[in-house]
Amino acid sequence: MEVTATNPAEETNVWGGGNQPLNASYGKLMMWFFIVSDALTFSGFLVAYGFSRFKNIDSWPIADEVFTHFPFLHGVDAPMYYVALMTFILIFSSVTMVLAVDAGHHMNKAKVTFYMLLTIIGGAVFVGSQAWEWKNFIKGEYGALETRGGQILQFVDGSTGKRVSLADFATKIATERTTHANSNGIWFVDEGTLPTYSVEEIKAGFAANDNLLIRGEKINEEGQKIVLSREASLAKINDAVNVVEGANLIHNEYGNRLFADFFFFITGFHGFHVFSGVVINCIIFFNVIVGTYERRGHYEMVEKVGLYWHFVDLVWVFVFTFFYLV
Amino acid sequence: MAHADQKLAIFRGLLKFKSNIQKIWGVLIFLSIVTTIEVVLGIIKPQSLMSMFLGMKILNWIFIILTIVKAYYIAWDFMHIRDEKGSLKGSIVLPLLILIPYLAFILLVEADYIFNVMTAGYVSWNF
Repeated sequence: MEVTATNPAEETNVWGGGNQPLNASYGKLMMWFFIVSDALTFSGFLVAYGFSRFKNIDSWPIADEVFTHFPFLHGVDAPMYYVALMTFILIFSSVTMVLAVDAGHHMNKAKVTFYMLLTIIGGAVFVGSQAWEWKNFIKGEYGALETRGGQILQFVDGSTGKRVSLADFATKIATERTTHANSNGIWFVDEGTLPTYSVEEIKAGFAANDNLLIRGEKINEEGQKIVLSREASLAKINDAVNVVEGANLIHNEYGNRLFADFFFFITGFHGFHVFSGVVINCIIFFNVIVGTYERRGHYEMVEKVGLYWHFVDLVWVFVFTFFYLV
Repeated sequence: MAHADQKLAIFRGLLKFKSNIQKIWGVLIFLSIVTTIEVVLGIIKPQSLMSMFLGMKILNWIFIILTIVKAYYIAWDFMHIRDEKGSLKGSIVLPLLILIPYLAFILLVEADYIFNVMTAGYVSWNF
């Protein structure tokens, strides 16, 4: 329904309610409002990530070296294949969602049900993959040392240039040190988990293996991490104060701590969107089954959750680019 | 609802589809091709694309442009912006198109300045 200002009879109706100047229903417009504001929230997060990255442009972790796992391929270096697969899964569940919307336009209840189910499965698989990705990231792979200034020192084999994990060279030194648990003192004071090795054990093992070198956070002209010489490595290792295995919000064996913080925050926030999308899709799915929209005469609710679901896919396209590709 | 008059052509009319369902699969194929190109480029990282252009590697510019292309087709064909009225299109797209590049521009320039202070200035940050 077109409303023009030149027609006075219809102009009185403009504020009387009942017309749709943007040719979209109230519910759809509100969903668009939410999507635009959520898009600005996500761009705020991603730009903040870009800020930290440009600030540390010569020392930021290299994504290809961080995300190298693929299910059932243990020890195979597979950078990015898994996230690429996750991207395809999410795009595909987006497609089944549009197909559900399209079937809704034709009032085809059976098809809407089927495509909604596929969409829910795709979303659930994606959230599961995200959890697996987090698990690998948190667990870590090689381990590293941390200096007092928060710099990460990683270890490489001088002859092959390959990364070496702490377990491969640490010398076992008997020690009395045990984890301080809150059962042994004040109830609110404990120290979490102790790393497998102490700094002293790593230092001793490093001194005993002549072909080990230290790799810092700095990146050279070719975009690779700079490996120190043996002499510089032996001097550098004395700066270490902590052993870091894996990543959390405070320590990060892959490099700059901010990288882990932003990874957890942005993929976590996106994963939460996917999760709530799956929950909302389930509600709509059951409504379709019991015939709510059939009785209502239209499937516009499917269209509205569809908008949200595509938006989640849209955000992932950007997260994928800025975390894994660029 | 706008489904009575869905526009069934993409690439400015270069590719026309017979039905909406066909168009959906067509867009899926296009998005998959773009994603595959991105992944392949990300894995082989061609040396010729490593030179700098406007403060970023050409490869990164390609990634960002391909991402925006993907975002365009998701919004236009999956979210049906193509079928909406011009006024609704504008109200959705323009705020994002104005605010996001602006935010990115000011923050990245500031970050670059801070980087220069940390490297060239008299600040010790690695101790």
